[in-house]
Amino acid sequence: MELMLEKWAGAVSVLNIGATKAEGGTRAKSIQIGGEKTLPFLSAEGALAHKPVIAFEVWDVPPYDYTNGKDALAWAEICAKDYAAELICLRLQGSHPDSGNKSAADQAQLVAQFLKKVSLPLVILGCGDDEKDNQVLPACCEIARGERCLIGSATQDNYKTLAAAVLADGHNIIAESPIDINIAKQLNILISDMGLPLERIAINPTIGALGYGLEYAYSIMERARLAGLSGDKTLACPFICFAGQEAWRAKEAKDAGIEQGILWETITATALIQAGADLLVMRHPKAIEKVKSYINELSGS
Amino acid sequence: MFIIGELINGMYANVGRAIKEKNKEIIQKCALEQVNSGADALDVNCGPASRNPLSDIQWLVETIQEVTDKPLALDSSKIEVIESGLKVVKNKAIINSTTADSQKLEKLIPLAKKHQAKLIGLTISSKGIPQNKDQRLELAAAIIAACIDNDFSVENLYLDPIVLPVNVAQAQMKEILESIKEFKIISDPCPKTIVGLSNVSQGTNTRSLINRTFMVMAAACGLDAAILDPLDSELIDAAITADLILNKQIYCDSYLQAYRKK
Repeated sequence: MELMLEKWAGAVSVLNIGATKAEGGTRAKSIQIGGEKTLPFLSAEGALAHKPVIAFEVWDVPPYDYTNGKDALAWAEICAKDYAAELICLRLQGSHPDSGNKSAADQAQLVAQFLKKVSLPLVILGCGDDEKDNQVLPACCEIARGERCLIGSATQDNYKTLAAAVLADGHNIIAESPIDINIAKQLNILISDMGLPLERIAINPTIGALGYGLEYAYSIMERARLAGLSGDKTLACPFICFAGQEAWRAKEAKDAGIEQGILWETITATALIQAGADLLVMRHPKAIEKVKSYINELSGS
Repeated sequence: MFIIGELINGMYANVGRAIKEKNKEIIQKCALEQVNSGADALDVNCGPASRNPLSDIQWLVETIQEVTDKPLALDSSKIEVIESGLKVVKNKAIINSTTADSQKLEKLIPLAKKHQAKLIGLTISSKGIPQNKDQRLELAAAIIAACIDNDFSVENLYLDPIVLPVNVAQAQMKEILESIKEFKIISDPCPKTIVGLSNVSQGTNTRSLINRTFMVMAAACGLDAAILDPLDSELIDAAITADLILNKQIYCDSYLQAYRKK
């Protein structure tokens, strides 16, 4: 039987996270995501370029839901040493007026400590309060200048301050849209109009966990990826998906014992990989281990 | 919609003069203006007044290639002129055009194959312009058959139903639109379709509106490509919006700008 192979005109752009010494930073290595020339794992059709990678999510304050009892820095070091993490995603939740209201200077200091103690490439997230993030994230961008972090999130109503800081200090940006492909496209255009190239944008399409809109997120990601592969450069950016955050919000994950929670996070993440996720931000080391072996199995390595 | 800019044609006074005086600047400016306005390819025609079309087309091709790598449609009814242009073309090439006459098909199809060029096939023959859809389909079938016989991929063939001025052949408009639809079902894989758009409004005093309306209607019939004036920004806006309505492009508030940036 003859395989019907699709030929795509476009390719997903490649995003570099983390700068090594040779590249002007201090990271032990840099990570590339994206570069696919076809849909996930259809290796017969085209190059898959970079395998999906997983970032360990670490909070600056004790998280609301999934807790491990460690402080941020200690937990990040454990992720690096014991769990062979490739990336750390530092969520600066403590800046939120309701969660400690830490100052921009304090948060920048924390980022500086992270960069000193942990040599992995870094994703840095704000707290979700626009006004506060617009103070904190530019300070973090500046102190991490040249480290080529991935910083988020820019939204349609609040992208200018972050895009300017990211551009000035040589980082990458996360463009977040509310499970809406039209806004995802529009936001990428707005950011690139500010002079930040599309190759430095990761799309956060916003996802739902298993049982909470996963299929909807899947269809949006698939549609964006098909457009990107067909040549629409404004949608040909790699995806970052917050699988841990969404999975651990589900009552099925929280209320039925840790093992079910781990499964919930694992299944959410693996489905997103099939939809085209390039970077997954996850929480539980056991779930991460399972998803990693799933990625390796599908990539034949 | 694959847009081929029509403005580099010796028929236009400024281009005709530039060819005569070998003024590169005018040609290059005209090329870039069209590309920046949304043209995916550029038509290249020395015009009827050229005394040395064989060398003029080479000069035009070389001049344009200095500023853009967009595909070039070598436009002449003379095989020798197209052949001469192909000798110097480095960008992707489109042969514009062959008719359904066998003496042309025999020469131009092998030429297109040799240069990996796309081929525009006019559904017209030495017997004249077709008067209805059936005659167009018959000529289209002859062109497709010649491509298949010569092992030329039908996907690289662009069939042109011959657009006539609306004030001359009003009754034919519907026949032309239906031909665009039916060309697609002659073979599998199917050929692509193209029109020389500006002809539809020849001699009227609402040219832009007629061009734009016809193009949108043709797009709805499945038209793949058009040779047109890309500097008519309302025309390009309409083409982009037609792509949007046909779900060929994803909507966003800045979709017009996004398309032009691509």
